[in-house]
Amino acid sequence: MASRIDQDQVQHVASLAKLSLNDDQLKYFTTQLDEIIGLFETLNEVDTDGIEPTSSVSDQINVMREDVADNWGQRDALLANAPESEKGYIRVPTIIDESEDE
Amino acid sequence: MNYFEKDLTSLHDDLVAKRISVTDLVQATFDNIAATDPDLNAFLALNKDAALKKAAEMDEKGIDADNILAGIPLAIKDNIVTKGLTTTAASKMLENFVPIYDATVVSTLNEKGIINVGKTNMDEFAMGGSTENSALKTTKNAWDYTRVPGGSSGGSAAAVASGEVIAAFGSDTGGSIRQPSSFNGIVGMKPTYGRISRWGLIAFASSLDEIGPMTRTVKDNAILLSAVAGHDDHDLTTSTKEVPDFAAELNDQTSVKGMKIGLPKEFLGEGVDSEVKDAILAAADKYRELGATVDEVSLPHNKYGVAAYYIIASSEASSNLQRFDGIRYGHRSDDVKNLEDVYVNSRTEGFGDEVKRRIMLGTFSLSAGFYDAYFKKAAQVRTLIINDFQAVLKDHDFIMGPVAPTPAFKIGEEISNPMTMYMNDILTIPVNLAGLPGMSIPAGFAKGMPVGMQLIGRPFDESTLYKAGYVFEQATDFHKQTPKQGGKN
Repeated sequence: MASRIDQDQVQHVASLAKLSLNDDQLKYFTTQLDEIIGLFETLNEVDTDGIEPTSSVSDQINVMREDVADNWGQRDALLANAPESEKGYIRVPTIIDESEDE
Repeated sequence: MNYFEKDLTSLHDDLVAKRISVTDLVQATFDNIAATDPDLNAFLALNKDAALKKAAEMDEKGIDADNILAGIPLAIKDNIVTKGLTTTAASKMLENFVPIYDATVVSTLNEKGIINVGKTNMDEFAMGGSTENSALKTTKNAWDYTRVPGGSSGGSAAAVASGEVIAAFGSDTGGSIRQPSSFNGIVGMKPTYGRISRWGLIAFASSLDEIGPMTRTVKDNAILLSAVAGHDDHDLTTSTKEVPDFAAELNDQTSVKGMKIGLPKEFLGEGVDSEVKDAILAAADKYRELGATVDEVSLPHNKYGVAAYYIIASSEASSNLQRFDGIRYGHRSDDVKNLEDVYVNSRTEGFGDEVKRRIMLGTFSLSAGFYDAYFKKAAQVRTLIINDFQAVLKDHDFIMGPVAPTPAFKIGEEISNPMTMYMNDILTIPVNLAGLPGMSIPAGFAKGMPVGMQLIGRPFDESTLYKAGYVFEQATDFHKQTPKQGGKN
């Protein structure tokens, strides 16, 4: 059976999803994803010509509301969940990899 | 004490008559959890201090005789956020996450006087059907500690079935309330899409996710759904339809006489365990005996439900889970040199394999060149699945069938094969795709393990499901069986 997804494609998908896979995981996920995508392809048996896609089953459509702030002013409580913060801001590492400049 | 001999009504009577105080009830619940849970592993976190404090306040104030939920201890699945109480979704990503607000269901329940005793285990981010995907604990089936409790709401189901609590809340994206309810012999309702606010439910697949109650009896379930259902300005997919007092319709006069029930032939097909099939056929006979008609119907696109679901749910998950980036909350990797590393390493370390699998499947299905072939195709098949249900429900009051093809399987037996796990959802998934209400109720045993019957209704007609479930429950004694291993004291 022809493979539906190869290791290069899985690597590409992982990078789009901001995940990193080592060689063993790449093999493992490629085999599994290939099998699952095979399941997806059984949908090709279904004639869907002219069938509208369904994206929501809610009975509410385009509900409008006033743009007002609610439950705000909790900066300290919010920052308590941040991995690192300083002076009321969330801290992140340097955006540019400094080791590459050396 | 355990809750085997109790229901919400009798507990309420005990509290009002002061045969037991709220504090004693809450303390007894924690004592039972302390005795049972070291083996069962249903709970990820207990809310002991806050629960006992609230209990003491309620004892001080006195129980409102008109409020059946006043002073009732129950449990909440750990993907429903609770202010000040760690909420992990059973993921390393959120292992130390303490929400700063309550989900709408939680604040509603709190206002009505329930006491949240703790947070229950689940498959990580609700992705799975055995609770084995929890990054934190392995929950056992309340009936057999070598078997899975089902999932993803496995902790909630095991906690109720073992008598640790009278009720728990779960969430259901593809069967995550109904299947563990079936595996543990309890009543679980996935209400109509839009019936209950999902504000504060950690999003998995937003067009499918629903919250619902898990209980020992149909009436208790009906009471809890009425308590939490209704429109919420914080979740604009919630319906503005009026919420009935579901439990008020359940009494001696409740009947299925004249009801038309559809039994889809696809629900008893290949892969369905013969004892499960026998239990459902016996239930159909019971309904006939009770005055309903049961005839064979067809849902021709049912078999495509699993494929359509895993495209749609994974696509929505890949989008919803982008928020876990290691910046504002959740796990942040220590091993970083730059911002990109924060994203990639935090996600790689924080997510388990099943979550990664779904994120990648979703990313693939939505990626350039594949969108039409996968996502759009699945969304079209979803329409056909909805049409199948509409055709049957036009002239049937509800649909009946099994919840799952088999009873609970052994821990470790299926987890290594995702495809096998996915196919287990074949009977529950179509209900989420169509947004219909679906309920699991105890309907027998197979290999000594509970078998759940699934009742599927028209949109916003949970009422018919509760009536039909109640009548069946009154006419059978499956719900009175209790696991020998649960409820240690």
